[in-house]
Amino acid sequence: MNGSLSSLRSEAVGAMRTMLVSAESLQLTLKPELSQEEQALTHTSSKAKETHKARNEDLKEMLESNKESLKLEAMKRIVGLISKGKNASELFPAVVKNVASKNIELKKLVYVYLVRYAEEQQDLALLSISTFQRALKDPNQFIRASALRVLSSIRVPIIVPIMMLAIKEAASDLSPYVRKTSAHAIQKLFSLDPDQKEQLIEVIEKLLKDKSTLVAGSVVVAFEEVCPDRIDLIHKNFRKLCNLLVDVEEWGQVVIINMLTRYARTQFTSPWREDAMFDENNEKAFYDSDSEEKKGQADVKTYIMDPDHRLLLRNTKPLLQSRNTAVVMAVAQLYWHLAPKHEVSIVTKSLVRLLRSHREVQYVVLQNIATMSIQRKGMFEPYMKSFYVRSTDSTHIKTLKLEILTNLANEANISTILREFQTYVKSQDKAFAAATIQAIGRCATNISEVTDTCLNGLVLLLSNRDESVVAESVVVIKKLLQTQPNQHSDIISHMAKLFDNITVPMARASILWLMGEYCERVPKIAPDVLRKMAKTFTVEEDIVKLQTVNLAAKLFLTNSKQTKLLTQYILNLGKYDQNYDIRDRTRFIRQLIVPSEKSSTLNKYARRILLASKPAPVLESAFKDRDRFQLGTLSHSLNIKTSGYQELSEWPAVAPDPSVRNVEVIEPVKEWAPSVGKAKQSKSEDKFYSDDEEKEENASDSSSSDDSDSSSSSSEESGSESEEESNEESEKTSSDSGKSSSESETEPKNNSKKATRKKKPADSDSDESDSKASSSSAESSSSSVSDSDDDSEPPAPQKKSNVKARPKVEVKSKKEVSLLDLDDFSPAPMNAPKPSVFSPSLLSDLEGLSLSNVSSAMQVTTPSFGPMKTFELLHHMTGKGLSAKYHFPRQPCLYQPSMVSVQVILTNGSDHTLEEIHVGDRSPASLHIHCFNTIERLEPRASVTVSMGIDFSDSTQAANFQLCTKEDQFSVSIQPAVGELLMPSTMTEADFCKEQKKLLGMNETSATITMTTANTSSQTINKQVLSVANVGVAPSSQNNFHRFAGRTVSSGALVLVSLELKESSSALLTINTEKSIMASMLLQDLKQALTEA
Amino acid sequence: MIHSLFLINASGDIFLEKHWKSVVSRSVCDYFFEAQERATEPENVPPVIPTPHHYLISVLRHRIYFVAVIQSEVPPLFVIEFLHRVVDTFQDYFGVCTEAAIKDNVVVVYELLEEMLDNGFPLATESNILKELIKPPTILRTMVNTITGSTNVGEQLPTGQLSVVPWRRTGVKYTNNEAYFDVVEEIDAIIDKSGSTITAEIQGVIDACVKLTGMPDLTLSFMNPRLLDDVSFHPCVRFKRWEAERILSFIPPDGNFRLLSYHVSSQNLVAIPVYVKHNITFREGSSQGRFDLTLGPKQTMGKAVESVLVSSQLPRGVLNANLNPSQGAYTFDPVTKLLTWDVGKINPQKLPNLKGTMNLQAGASKPDENPTINIQFKIQQMAISGLKVNRLDMYGEKYKPFKGIKYMTKAGKFQVRT
Repeated sequence: MNGSLSSLRSEAVGAMRTMLVSAESLQLTLKPELSQEEQALTHTSSKAKETHKARNEDLKEMLESNKESLKLEAMKRIVGLISKGKNASELFPAVVKNVASKNIELKKLVYVYLVRYAEEQQDLALLSISTFQRALKDPNQFIRASALRVLSSIRVPIIVPIMMLAIKEAASDLSPYVRKTSAHAIQKLFSLDPDQKEQLIEVIEKLLKDKSTLVAGSVVVAFEEVCPDRIDLIHKNFRKLCNLLVDVEEWGQVVIINMLTRYARTQFTSPWREDAMFDENNEKAFYDSDSEEKKGQADVKTYIMDPDHRLLLRNTKPLLQSRNTAVVMAVAQLYWHLAPKHEVSIVTKSLVRLLRSHREVQYVVLQNIATMSIQRKGMFEPYMKSFYVRSTDSTHIKTLKLEILTNLANEANISTILREFQTYVKSQDKAFAAATIQAIGRCATNISEVTDTCLNGLVLLLSNRDESVVAESVVVIKKLLQTQPNQHSDIISHMAKLFDNITVPMARASILWLMGEYCERVPKIAPDVLRKMAKTFTVEEDIVKLQTVNLAAKLFLTNSKQTKLLTQYILNLGKYDQNYDIRDRTRFIRQLIVPSEKSSTLNKYARRILLASKPAPVLESAFKDRDRFQLGTLSHSLNIKTSGYQELSEWPAVAPDPSVRNVEVIEPVKEWAPSVGKAKQSKSEDKFYSDDEEKEENASDSSSSDDSDSSSSSSEESGSESEEESNEESEKTSSDSGKSSSESETEPKNNSKKATRKKKPADSDSDESDSKASSSSAESSSSSVSDSDDDSEPPAPQKKSNVKARPKVEVKSKKEVSLLDLDDFSPAPMNAPKPSVFSPSLLSDLEGLSLSNVSSAMQVTTPSFGPMKTFELLHHMTGKGLSAKYHFPRQPCLYQPSMVSVQVILTNGSDHTLEEIHVGDRSPASLHIHCFNTIERLEPRASVTVSMGIDFSDSTQAANFQLCTKEDQFSVSIQPAVGELLMPSTMTEADFCKEQKKLLGMNETSATITMTTANTSSQTINKQVLSVANVGVAPSSQNNFHRFAGRTVSSGALVLVSLELKESSSALLTINTEKSIMASMLLQDLKQALTEA
Repeated sequence: MIHSLFLINASGDIFLEKHWKSVVSRSVCDYFFEAQERATEPENVPPVIPTPHHYLISVLRHRIYFVAVIQSEVPPLFVIEFLHRVVDTFQDYFGVCTEAAIKDNVVVVYELLEEMLDNGFPLATESNILKELIKPPTILRTMVNTITGSTNVGEQLPTGQLSVVPWRRTGVKYTNNEAYFDVVEEIDAIIDKSGSTITAEIQGVIDACVKLTGMPDLTLSFMNPRLLDDVSFHPCVRFKRWEAERILSFIPPDGNFRLLSYHVSSQNLVAIPVYVKHNITFREGSSQGRFDLTLGPKQTMGKAVESVLVSSQLPRGVLNANLNPSQGAYTFDPVTKLLTWDVGKINPQKLPNLKGTMNLQAGASKPDENPTINIQFKIQQMAISGLKVNRLDMYGEKYKPFKGIKYMTKAGKFQVRT
């Protein structure tokens, strides 16, 4: 795999080189021209002929000028041309040169152009590739992403290998945004070259495991496009997708829900088996009951729903409240196809709500409701009035509403519906009025009680002034009469009277048919009608002619005395008709009825053939057969199978093995990282929220990027997520640098983790050597960091100290009212209390889920996980039972970047409930404190962790404020250690030295300290320094040199700490910063810490 | 997914095209024009049209058809919803979404479309993110741009896409911190000939305009949340909290957004704020018809009914109308046969009345249906369902914001059959 990759890469590089050369030569050839053009441009006024150039010529000139604004103007005009669909392809060489422009807008417009025309100008398009390849390596994730976007949009087959390479690389990019782009690129490459399918499936498989909500939707789209039949890829990700669903962006939700519907149909058994009795009567009871009860119900019967099936249903339900109509529809169809019958009705309300939306939305939703209402009247009956037609509705909406009303009609509501129909019949929209008459006919046949009423009503309509209404009535009456022909000869004769006035062919034909069929009931009239027809036969429409022939034949058989001649006349006319159908029919009838020698056998049966009693037509909904398609799909909308439609399979009789969805804890690691690592932390089952879990999560919280103060607002859930993320980073860099530092990173943790973690001997030799020498491992890790050009990941050794020092109270931090209160959304806490339902592996699977993945790799500041010292804020004796402790979590403050975040643990030590705990007056008054939300109640013995932000303005002056309860006020103060006023920053060794040189002289403070030899290992030094100050480890190439970098929180001034180990355990400690007071205080603290240890 | 997009104006010209995959010839729109011809009204063009190789899904807004070309199975609502988002975005950017506005800003339109879809799949549709990527054009900026040659494209790359709160950008700052909420309720009703209500329901929305610094966390609670029967939220609202406590808890997007739309449960009787007395008759044989319409307030809780507008599609046979309004002005379009009467405010002491005759075409028979009357009105400072906001609290920031809540009741699809 690696081999083939590298060979690919070298090929690609080779190709690029040739391209670059040609690009250069092109540049060279263009150069002299360019200056000419410039001159031309500056002297346009003097040279009149220039102005006569073709439009595109002057655009070319503008593009080749040196002025950015001219180029931009030209590109804008070109985009205008493209938007109008005009051809601008001959400008390609001029445009493509600007692909590397510094101006972002110009660049974007060039991209637009490239994507549009690259297919037509493949050779020239290759010139731009190198720019994108460079951009793919850019440190800015957005530039990488947009480069990949454009590169993959250029439909030039020759670059397939380059695209493949780029996609593979981007798929393991640290930025979820870039990974999302790579998921999109998969489909583009697939459509360009389907032969790449196998390789692309590998990438899809990898991306499906991605835990970022940004990626989830896009990769499922790719899956559906490239390999929708590879359902096996979903197994392991099923639970994850279910749990991520709420947080995925809305478009992704639609795709995922549709895919999961298909998946569930193949994996679970039908929940519908004995449900029939449940249908209507239990609906009310289930309406508000929560899932627990439902499960109870299900258990009573033999059918037990797969917990995964339930998980899917439960997690999609909140999405019914989405503002996106497509999402609501997707959930509705999921419930329709997957939920037990009695639960389907929860979607009704939401679907009815969608009817308030735009016309087009109404159209599609009504179509789906029409299909649903055929099978389940009960679902929509309470909302019948929502389907009443308004005069302002467009015709197709009206017809659909009518369809639904007809479907909903039953004995109880038919009178209401018919009254409503009466209004519709009078509508000015005649097409709609005709449809209403059809609907009345359907109601009449379906509900026998009202048949007579309807028939009478329809007969009244026969005297309507509008012809189309009359015609439609005739057709419907004909159908109705067929069902009960006995009593209605008066209606038939009435219709015969109308015959002269009706011109609509279909209606005329219907009357003729009725005459013929029941000619024995109206013996006087029928021959007369035939007589009239014989006169006008030649000018009638084909359909009328056919029925005339039929009528003639029938009359000939029943009443040959009166009609023999007439019949023969008509048959003669028919014989020479222009339409072959009519000629055929005439010939056939003649043979059948007119006795002759040859056809005597058939002749005997003519009466039985022509006058056989015919089965009554069944008036059916036009939506009857639509249920063969999955609801909400395009195929359903059009009632034809569209290309790419995936059939929804029948439920399997026996469910396939459900254990395939269990996620092996260690499994993803194998896929993710070829080298040893801990991309997925092993989790012991019983310690779902165990302490060290929490610690890691917290730690990773602070590891998130410096600009993302919002990201740290995520609670522990996303904490663990970004932890994963950063681990992946570490994996990548370590494998890049070719050293197996990641093993050394996990080393300190082995004590606590060994029990559950399985090692993976992917990189076996280094694995061994590492586990031997743990002291040197830290070094190898830090050196690997410096080797890699990405600045990133948490240095390993600090994690050890972390394990020791985190206080237990962390567990409670879940209760904290954090900004984004993830508990609201995250499903994990909901599942946690009832682990019996879910397999343990499911639980562990749930943990890694979160809101969108926020740790953007490129900006990750080296976090430091110092030991957590907890300080007393308020003793419970002075606080009348209320005690408070605080510590510095060392996370970037989410309220304001200039604040230091402080976590306060409030405990109620008294035996009564404390109410309204909040922050009161503060001093100095100018002190900026971000208070925690008022805690309404704190039960006895309970404690709660809240976070605050305090702007110390880079001074160690204490922040004084009052902690108030409902009754009392206590003055408290928080005194920060100088080290807590810093935040870690990342820099390379070179940067560090450069910055250090700027901060010499007055800004430098140093001291020589003596250390015990035992403590000179880099690990201990790091630990000690980080315990004192919240700084980041900067890489160092020398073993005896340790560097740390940080910035003050308020002013952002750089603080550089360096420690040079000398002989005989002495060391030189230097601090460079503008803040000299801080420097000396920090020096003092560090000195103490390092010498003591 | 979405292959291409064509914008077609009322006169049937394709004035903009954009392709996300390989180019689809604009001749594909011929199928659309065919369907358009078959449909009598512009609204009657079916939203989904199959063609031999493609499927056309269109929406009609502001008299522009947005026609998306797709090639394989995709949920039609997905495309429709997206197209409406595109229109909303244009409206947001240019104030209006007309052909002229789109043509004037064709570059911005193109940039927007480029960001909104990648390979036909939606990429960024949140207006907050888009506005960071591409600055909306203003007159001032256009001038500055032409002088300095600077651009509409945001220099900084957006942070929103990667934030936990994708709908809100970081580092928002305002000198005046304010949060306004408009509770707007619409009555949909059908009143029959005799004045009795056939169906009536209330749909409401809460539109917010929030201009608050930093990352405020708001909670909004109602006095009577039980009224709300069915709700749909902006993605910012925490669903679990609503389920449990019936409180809206959210970190708001910056600027204008729709927080909530709701449906008031149908058990509650809906108060109908206006009544209509009508007498519209056509006599057989006579070429004249009588028209008499009086409006009056009813169940308005003492609030004035304002901005009343009556419109009615008169039968095709009506040639012209000769009417006399007691207040306001009326117009009758002899081509579309649309009668509109701008009433203004209803004065309970002197009820507005429109009275006169209609002339029928010579020889035309008596229309068999009386026209339906559509009524629009507004009532300020009242939510007809009785919904009341209890309080709005802000957490997470220290300053005191200015808070405002406004109620309004409007007519939705309010029809009176005569």
